[in-house]
Parts: sequence; structure tokens; C-alpha cells
Amino acid sequence: MERIPILKMGELLLVSIQVDMHDRLAIQLQDDLTSQIAATSARGVLIDISALEMVDSFMGRMIANIAAMSRVLDAETVVVGMRPAVAITLVELGMSLPGVRTALDVERGMALLAEEMGGVRHGTAGR
Amino acid sequence: MQEGQSIVEVLTSSSQEVLTRWIALQRETVKSTTSAAMEDKVRQQSAEFLAALTSAVKNGGAVAITGPAWTPVRELLARISSNRALQGFSPAETATFVFSLKQPLFEQIRRRVTAADDLAQETWAINKLLDGLGLLTTEVYQKTREDVISRQRAEMLELSTPVVTLWKGVLALPLIGTLDSERTQVVMENLLQRIVETGSTIAILDITGVPTVDTLVAQHLLKTVSAARLMGAECMISGIRPQIAQTIVHLGIDLNAIVTKATLADAFTIALKRLGITFSGGNESPGGLDRKIAEAGA
Repeated sequence: MERIPILKMGELLLVSIQVDMHDRLAIQLQDDLTSQIAATSARGVLIDISALEMVDSFMGRMIANIAAMSRVLDAETVVVGMRPAVAITLVELGMSLPGVRTALDVERGMALLAEEMGGVRHGTAGR
Repeated sequence: MQEGQSIVEVLTSSSQEVLTRWIALQRETVKSTTSAAMEDKVRQQSAEFLAALTSAVKNGGAVAITGPAWTPVRELLARISSNRALQGFSPAETATFVFSLKQPLFEQIRRRVTAADDLAQETWAINKLLDGLGLLTTEVYQKTREDVISRQRAEMLELSTPVVTLWKGVLALPLIGTLDSERTQVVMENLLQRIVETGSTIAILDITGVPTVDTLVAQHLLKTVSAARLMGAECMISGIRPQIAQTIVHLGIDLNAIVTKATLADAFTIALKRLGITFSGGNESPGGLDRKIAEAGA
């Protein structure tokens, strides 16, 4: 079964969604990500959805859920690279994802997380 | 006597007379044909139309205007009608082109047909024929005008939503005119597209040119702001006039989640501050200012 890879970069986890998301894949990602955060004590999660072309209300809720779950596990989540069409769709569905942090690209998302974590960078300091 | 037979005779044997009389009638009824160039045009169009009509009634019969023999007539008439619509003729003037042909034809037929029954039948045939053509003229006229309107609408839509770059990373969208759903959609798409293209993190929606803000417009604005935020850009709204501020509060619209400023300049200042760019002094040379900004940005 296909899986979305979760890459560990110091205290960050990097998730890049490069395939078409379907419901089971999203649930799998949610499981994998939460266990990874717990296992690695990650402080930040960066989800790159620049390749995601289609979303529905379920996918919107999954994104919001993943962000909320990470926060409970004390990891800040940033969703980066959302396409205009996806953003419009989500807003039209009435899901403006108020609890989710966003950034234009991975670079800015990293900067945002670094700022959020108070200057703690890739594994240079413990918790 | 076969229905529509005499119109064939009239058109083949005395088309020149009909044409002369027809042009004279058009000159009387349509005021726009007073200039010499216009009269030439009308003369040419009339001759062309009459020739096409003659060949059509000969080949396709004078009963219905739908057959393949009538295609040249219909095409010619459509061309004349759409030309007139574009030149600003009124619908009545355009339809008169066909309807004024009735009188010369009736006159000719009255001269040829003597029996009352036959005369009535032939008159009816011509009436039916020309009414059909007249309706076609009006239809084409209407369609041409609608095309013009929809084209202008599309142009206006494009013109009214320019996204301008104020600074590296700062976009501004001066909105002018009433915001309806369709326009907001275009505005939103344009803005989001430009955000992606330029990698801008701040966008300013300036609503100085929006005459009224009701709940619908506010909702559209909020949607645009939310969509931009989802992509990782921050949106500000500027150009809120005092009356609009009052309306927004009276309507109970919640804009707390958004940075709002009275003028575009204020919003721009905030944007530069967010980017870490500062200005100092007003008396410096432009070069000095540039250097300061460069230092601040570095």
C-alpha cells in the first residue's frame, strides 16, 4: 500500500504530498504523522501540498485535524504551497482553516517554524 | 394560380423599378441615410439583397425562407443587420430595410393581378415572406448588440482587476466599482495567481473605489482574505471611508481577524514594517534613501 513519506530534519518533520490524496491515504498519513511526532519528539511539522491539485471537504478537515493533533503533541504545523484553486475551493466550502498556519513555500515555512521555536534550529539544542 | 408565383414574375421582370422605388422609400423613412456615402451604401445593399432575393424565389420558391436556396439571402441579411447594429442604427431603422420592400412589391403585384382572390393570396405570400426576413433581421440585430455588450462586460472585468506590485513581496489590488460574485471570483483568482507568481507575502485590498459595502461584499472580501491566508500570504484591507466603517459596524460584520487601514499609504507602511524595511527623514536625496532601504533590507 502506498504511503506518504515523512522525513525527519532535526526537530522538524517534513511531509511532502506528491500524489493524489484519497481518503485512506489521508487517514494513514494522520496515523503515521502522529506516531512519528511522538516517537521523534518533533517540535515542528511542515506539510508541503504544492502538488495537491484537488481537495474536498474531507481533505480540508484532515488538514485541520492533522494541525490540531500536532499541536496537542506540542509540534507547530505549517501548511505550505497551497495552490490558488485549492485555496478558493476550501474557502468556498466554508473551511478557512483558522487554526492552521500557512506559508507560501517550504523556505518561508521553515523560517516561520524556526521563529516559532524560538531560534531552536535543526537539532542544535534539546528541549 | 400558385401561391407566390407573381412575386417571381415581379422580381424577374421589373426588378429595376422595384429597386428604385424601394431606395426612394428607404430614403424617406430612415433619417440616418441622409449622407451621400450612406446613400451609396444603402443603394448597394438594396441591389445586392434584391438580386439574392430574386435568385432565391426562383430556386427555392416563395413560401418558406428556410431552404438551402435561401441561405445566401439569410447570410446577406444577417451581415447587413449586424453591420447596422454596430453602426448604431436603431432596431426600427434596421427592420425597415426589409419592411419597406413591401410597398413596391404590392404596387407591382396590384398592376399585374386583377382578380381579388388572387391579389389577396399574393399579398399574403409576400407579407409572410418579408415578415420572416424582417424577424430574422431583428434577431440578428439583437444578437449583435448582445455580443457587443458581453464583450464590453468581459473587457470591463479585465480592466477593473489589476494587481500591482508596490514593493518586492507587497501586492496591491485597487478595487473599483461594485463587487458581485462574478467579479470577486476574477479578483480572487487574479490575486492568488499573482501571489504565487511573485512570491509575495503581503497583499493589500484597497476598497477606496468600492461605492458601497453590504454584507455580501464584505463576505466576498473575507473569502478573498481567507484564501490568500491559506496560501500563506497576509491580506490587509485599506481605503475604508468613514461611511463604510459605519456601515460595517451597523451591519455587524466582523473584520477583527483582518488588518484594516483608512488609506493605502497606511497599509503600505505596515507592510514595509512587516518586511523589516524602515524609512527615515524626508530631506534626503533619493540615493540616500535607497541606501538606507538597502541597509534595512540586508
